[in-house]
Amino acid sequence: MNYMRKMSRRNFVVTAAAAGGGLALGLDIPLGGLPVTRAQEGSPEINAWVVVKRDDTVVIRVARSEMGQGTLTGLCQLVAEELECDWSKVTWEYPTPGQSVARKRVWGDFATGGSRGIRDSHDYVRKGGAVAREMLKQAAANQWKVPVSELTVANGVIRHQTSNRSTTYGKVAEAAAKLPAPDPNSIKLKDPKDWKIAGKPVARLDILNMITGKQVYGADLKLPGMLTAAIKDCPVFGGTIKSFDAAKVTGMPGVKHVLQVGETGVAVVADTWSQANTALDALPIVWDEGENAKVSSESIAAWLKDGLDAEQAFVGNQNGDAKAAIAAAAKKVVAVYAYPYQNQAPMEPMNATARYTADKCEVWVPTQNGEASFAAVLAASGLPAEKCEVYKINLGGGFGRRGAFQDYVHQAVNIAKQIPGTPVKLLWSREEDMTHGRYHPVMQCKLVGAFDKDNALSGLHMRLSGQSILASVRPQILEQQKGRDPLTFQGVFESGEHAFGYTIPNLLIDHAMRNPHVPPGFWRGVNINQNCIFLECFMDELAQVVDQDPLEFRRKLMIKHPRNLAVLNAVAERIGWDKPAPQGIYRGLAQMMAYNSYVAAAAEISVTGGNKIKIHRIVGAIDCTYAVNPAQIDRQVAGSFVYGLSALFYQECTVEDGRIVQTNFDNYNSMRIAEMPKVESIVMPSGGTGAWGGVGESTICVAAPAVLNAYFRATGQRIRSFPLKNHNIQMA
Amino acid sequence: MVALSVNGTIHEVNVDPDTDLLWVLRDHIGLTGTKYGCGIKRCGACTVHVDGAAVRSCSVPLSGVAGKQITTIEGLAQNGALHKVQKAWLEHEVPQCGYCQCGMIMAVAALLNEKPKPTDADIDLYITNICRCGTYQQVREAIHAAANA
Repeated sequence: MNYMRKMSRRNFVVTAAAAGGGLALGLDIPLGGLPVTRAQEGSPEINAWVVVKRDDTVVIRVARSEMGQGTLTGLCQLVAEELECDWSKVTWEYPTPGQSVARKRVWGDFATGGSRGIRDSHDYVRKGGAVAREMLKQAAANQWKVPVSELTVANGVIRHQTSNRSTTYGKVAEAAAKLPAPDPNSIKLKDPKDWKIAGKPVARLDILNMITGKQVYGADLKLPGMLTAAIKDCPVFGGTIKSFDAAKVTGMPGVKHVLQVGETGVAVVADTWSQANTALDALPIVWDEGENAKVSSESIAAWLKDGLDAEQAFVGNQNGDAKAAIAAAAKKVVAVYAYPYQNQAPMEPMNATARYTADKCEVWVPTQNGEASFAAVLAASGLPAEKCEVYKINLGGGFGRRGAFQDYVHQAVNIAKQIPGTPVKLLWSREEDMTHGRYHPVMQCKLVGAFDKDNALSGLHMRLSGQSILASVRPQILEQQKGRDPLTFQGVFESGEHAFGYTIPNLLIDHAMRNPHVPPGFWRGVNINQNCIFLECFMDELAQVVDQDPLEFRRKLMIKHPRNLAVLNAVAERIGWDKPAPQGIYRGLAQMMAYNSYVAAAAEISVTGGNKIKIHRIVGAIDCTYAVNPAQIDRQVAGSFVYGLSALFYQECTVEDGRIVQTNFDNYNSMRIAEMPKVESIVMPSGGTGAWGGVGESTICVAAPAVLNAYFRATGQRIRSFPLKNHNIQMA
Repeated sequence: MVALSVNGTIHEVNVDPDTDLLWVLRDHIGLTGTKYGCGIKRCGACTVHVDGAAVRSCSVPLSGVAGKQITTIEGLAQNGALHKVQKAWLEHEVPQCGYCQCGMIMAVAALLNEKPKPTDADIDLYITNICRCGTYQQVREAIHAAANA
């Protein structure tokens, strides 16, 4: 038996909350000129993106979050490129969501997920830098009483050649801040071929504090008079609290409060977190687990298996008549794959710190989306926008867990409301984090390929059966799509940023939606991960049936997909596909379009004892249209491979009695350095005027199928369910 | 009261002696560079030095370290100069989110104390910290760079 989980009713639109409220930033109205908005320390804001201090320091505002992907540095590079400032004098700050709401969302979207941090904001942040540059130039032109067209600017120094005068941004900032801003659309952005700061592998701006222990993550925050909370939510999703016996723990060291949190959680609040967590472990709690307690991994798998041949399914991609082609096939190939639930398991467990009074609710939180956190504060506190604020704290990893889902913010505010005036830091234990995730959705896939009598691929039916993320997170999108979740089809969709990369005369890719009660969520790469395994392993299966080389087999289907083909060719060439592999080494490859980037990988592995895989080398290629910081992209290729291969070999969240079984890194493992292959990245931006591609997630999906295809060539074994540990296959 | 020597300073802490060192450092001495990741010695985010050796502080009670010299990430730099491992980390831009890196750096610094020129096999054996961002390629490069500094 399976039960639909309740739809979230928290789809709160933050813009709807934009109402009134004073500017958190200072505002002064000087004689002559427009009002000047000031940063907290008094320096003038040229525009929302740029503050210039007297000493020529440039403070660039970054609305997106930094959680390891280099987004912050990349966005600063783009602003600085147009601003023509001195890169060595660049620093940065995060505007708060409350300020953004009060200023009509002048910084745009705060969401940092879907590999969108740079690709969705490059245009307006570059314009922000360009507008500020023009205002600074105009201020100098006014001072010298010369036409602005006679001025040149480089490295934050403005020059008037004919009169041999020069000044710096710091000297004209006050005057520039009082000028009207030109229309951003009237300014032509630089041609990327002329970039001097963007496009270069400059060092990240934010590394130093990370290596000295000074960097403050959410879990590290300290506020005067702060208490600390540990929490247990009902282990069965959808269950509630029946009772708990607070008297059993109220006398324990440091314990201040034992509080119910909503209908589903209990928190112990104490002087320190270890005291809170120790008392929480000793607290007797009786849960009403509800009907979901009957669900297991087996019952979910059976339900999904039923979907593989179900009549009703949502179509994500279709041309020709795949079913007819399969019926008329000279050769038919069938395979069924399965992919498990997985937890993001960022190194820093979920946390948030809240302080509530009747007049103000403030939250400090490591978040991928400051505005989503802000909306959660409004909803949980019941206070209007002008009485709420969110301060973004550094994240110890996000990977999709800390964006759309703000359950920990709701909990922290709920706790703080019960202790008005006292700041409370809520920190989840690793065990709470592992068992109360928003899990990578569970999915099965049946693939049927048809060959005609000439061994040409005449049809493909790819049937997905499993969980939709958007059904619970963005149900309005399903309504617009007549019930379909387009995100399910990442990498195999009919069009857009996750389009299918092959031309097959008769094609059907559809999805039988099955939504168990386990809450699904975004995850680094999310649905490209399993879709790339399903499709790219099956491509190798098809090639093998007709005795063709996997690369040659793909190339014939990719004539109309030149950017997919280019990255695939690049990895094939680098790995030496056309030459024999060294003795005992086996190769595999894969490609996909992901987050508007084109990605491919080629792996070299050896296998000992039939089950110990040593990955010697993986080449990864990415065409992300423009490469803002190639050094960071290189790190994302290697880092995403670690994340994807950890998932492939080790990671599965199983369900027993309605709850997640895995509780910590002992039963939910992650790759270590000993298992790390040599990763070679090929960053090959193809430029042009089209949309930019994302970087943080895109390459994750190609590592696993490249390794699986190599494993088949090494052993003749085709693995179709994951993780590999379930087949006693290890990483050597 | 227990006397605890951390980064060369003696701290008198009034804490249950069963409390794990990680939480004494973080909550009572105020050194938050040492991170909580798993609490069961698996991830290494809490690595500190006890008498020069790498120890996962989440699973060592205060009573077990009284009288010993404890060094945390905050005490690794000496006289205002970064430790050679920190310098290599900066040079090779190892961190991504950075959360695990203090523990990683402490583990590597202890390895280099024991084996000043570690081989790749030594690194594989000694460095078992988890990094979810996947910085291992830079970690290995930076270890060799620090060893040759």
